[in-house]
Amino acid sequence: MSDTTVHEEPELIQLLTPEGELTGHPDYPLEITADEIRDLYRDLVLVRRFDGEAVSLQRQGELGLWASLLGQEAAQIGSGRALRGTDMAFPSYREHGVAWCRGVEPKELLGMFRGVTNGGWDPHEHGFHLYTIVIGSQALHATGYAMGVQRDGAVGEDGTAVITYFGDGATSQGDTNEAFNFASVNNAPVVFFCQNNQWAISEPLERQARVPIYKRASGFGFPGLRVDGNDVLAVLAVTRAALDNAREGNGPTLVEAFTYRMGAHTTNDDPTRYRNAAELDEWKAKDPILRVRRYLENNGLADEEFFASVDAEADALGEKVRTQCRSLPDPEPLDIFHEVYAEPNVHIDRQRAEYADYLASFEAEGVR
Amino acid sequence: MTNLTIGKAINAGLRAAMEHDPKVLVMGEDVGRLGGVFRVTDGLHKDFGADRVIDTPLAESGIVGTAIGMALRGYRPVVEIQFDGFFFPAANQTFTQLAKMRRRSAGALSVPLVMRIPYGGGIGAVEHHSESPESYFLHTAGLRVISVANAVDAYWMIQQAIRSEDPVIFLEPKRRYYEKAEVDTEASIAEAAPMGAARVARPGTDVTLLAYGPMVKTALQAAEADTEHSIEVIDLRSLAPVDYPTVVESVKRTGRLVVAHEATLTGGPGAEIAARITEECFYHLESPVIRVAAFDTPYPQSRLEEYYLPDLDRVLDGVDRAFAY
Ligand SMILES: Cc1ncc(C[n+]2csc(CCOP(=O)(O)OP(=O)(O)O)c2C)c(N)n1
Repeated sequence: MSDTTVHEEPELIQLLTPEGELTGHPDYPLEITADEIRDLYRDLVLVRRFDGEAVSLQRQGELGLWASLLGQEAAQIGSGRALRGTDMAFPSYREHGVAWCRGVEPKELLGMFRGVTNGGWDPHEHGFHLYTIVIGSQALHATGYAMGVQRDGAVGEDGTAVITYFGDGATSQGDTNEAFNFASVNNAPVVFFCQNNQWAISEPLERQARVPIYKRASGFGFPGLRVDGNDVLAVLAVTRAALDNAREGNGPTLVEAFTYRMGAHTTNDDPTRYRNAAELDEWKAKDPILRVRRYLENNGLADEEFFASVDAEADALGEKVRTQCRSLPDPEPLDIFHEVYAEPNVHIDRQRAEYADYLASFEAEGVR
Repeated sequence: MTNLTIGKAINAGLRAAMEHDPKVLVMGEDVGRLGGVFRVTDGLHKDFGADRVIDTPLAESGIVGTAIGMALRGYRPVVEIQFDGFFFPAANQTFTQLAKMRRRSAGALSVPLVMRIPYGGGIGAVEHHSESPESYFLHTAGLRVISVANAVDAYWMIQQAIRSEDPVIFLEPKRRYYEKAEVDTEASIAEAAPMGAARVARPGTDVTLLAYGPMVKTALQAAEADTEHSIEVIDLRSLAPVDYPTVVESVKRTGRLVVAHEATLTGGPGAEIAARITEECFYHLESPVIRVAAFDTPYPQSRLEEYYLPDLDRVLDGVDRAFAY
């Protein structure tokens, strides 16, 4: 078996070519208005700006770390916009675009990377669980949640579907494979959404898998699809179909969004140590935003004024993100003891009281 | 003599071990071309090749489990767990398999595996990147646990760990990776302090202050800062087993013991050491053994870690508490 098998693109579902030509797909028809496409374009531009702003904020020392989504906007907006209000998403840590679609405020996302919170939003309010950093864990949570949905009888056309996000590297973890199996044997209403961005930090796809990722689903007994992850329309159509299939009681689907991480793994990473510039150029030609813009322009569906207004909106968002980030308050020292237990806990109460006295002793001496 | 950081000393130690014994392998996520996220394996892939420096799939249970298998086949794998918080997916392999293989085989099998883990807080990271899981290892019979505090020990003890027939958990104080020292890399491994011996890092007469790994530097700063008491600082170096004779000898002289660590208080290494020292030095103690540790809460968001981690002031406060009796 050659090392290239894993990159084959034979069953890449695509609706919109990199040149901006709408081709459609026989199995995944998408009824969509020009207005809706313009909205998707707007989402793509705004999350890219938000992400770029966060990278700059990290460079300026305002954030401890940032995991950029650059290049993965279509995979996230396409799938995020396929979700319904009652659906539930279990992300990893790079799903800022999905968070955007779920109404999580940028500042709430920034809080975690700034180190002022360990999460920062109410998952039930948004239908968007907290970011999960330990690779693969959330795939099992999503599956269990979906099994709960099943028991609640929340299936059918108006039912709830669950989606979980993870990377290509995550498919190596036991937890992810166990989730596939639990979901399969229980016919759970869950969509496994793998953003195959080709790299797990410095490890290329070949170090994780010898068969294309979407094909792994068949061994577990459910369908796997590979979609052009830089094509927002295809991702929307495919994810919507998979979610509907789940909510109607037909069990899990693995969606492999074939995409590319344009930036570094995180702001701590230096990709020049392990990948070459040619690869990056190849993927730049498949930019997820550019192709939507080309489509809109070529078909006279948007004029300069529209693009200028989206850019102005992006500028405003950037401004807002900067101010919000800088004004996030630092937590209080005694917050360390908050929300460790739901019930009163004498052990924690005692440590908190002792520490409060200790801190107060400095104030008494006027030193802290 | 070579001036090395702790990170570079471990790198040099790994290199020396690989040159010394062709059975030594390095395995882990990103250890190859990237040289590890902390660059501790930098250059090894280039010089020893992909068969000896193995970029693994992203699966900690898989890394430790396959390393056990390779050790059973006569290799000496040194696995890197990328960050402390990512050890846990490998907990099953470590606790149920790695630690017990020798005993189960009545001595027929050895698993000479070294698990390197950058651990501890203080680098402003997001969650799961700053944990101190040492107590879990101490509680498990069959594992040796080392935590080095300077480049000299880092250089020698990684090599001693690799030569050990026992599984060794090698804890690397990540916030101290860039601390430098003069290392005599030409010396012989036989002359280097044996892995497991505690070291008096600074002599003193009034109180013994015990630390290991990242806290040793803080303990030395405390000893420096406290002009009222003469603090003896012991760098434990090995957490399993603990070199009790060195500690007992010191406590018998000073009459007081303060143990400082980043691990949480309850069930932490300090609890075990306090109990043992109370048994062995009861009539020499002028005060109860004092523990300075992290709180019994999850590791907090990074903006609070300066309050969570025992710092200079909290160590000095611990010393003061020992003198309050
Ligand atoms: C269990 C575990 N091991 C290691 C890590 C360190 N780590 C963080 S992200 C990452 C690579 C993840 O790659 P992939 O799953 O492809 O997702 P991507 O970041 O590319 O979106 C690694 C090794 C971790 N977070 N969790």
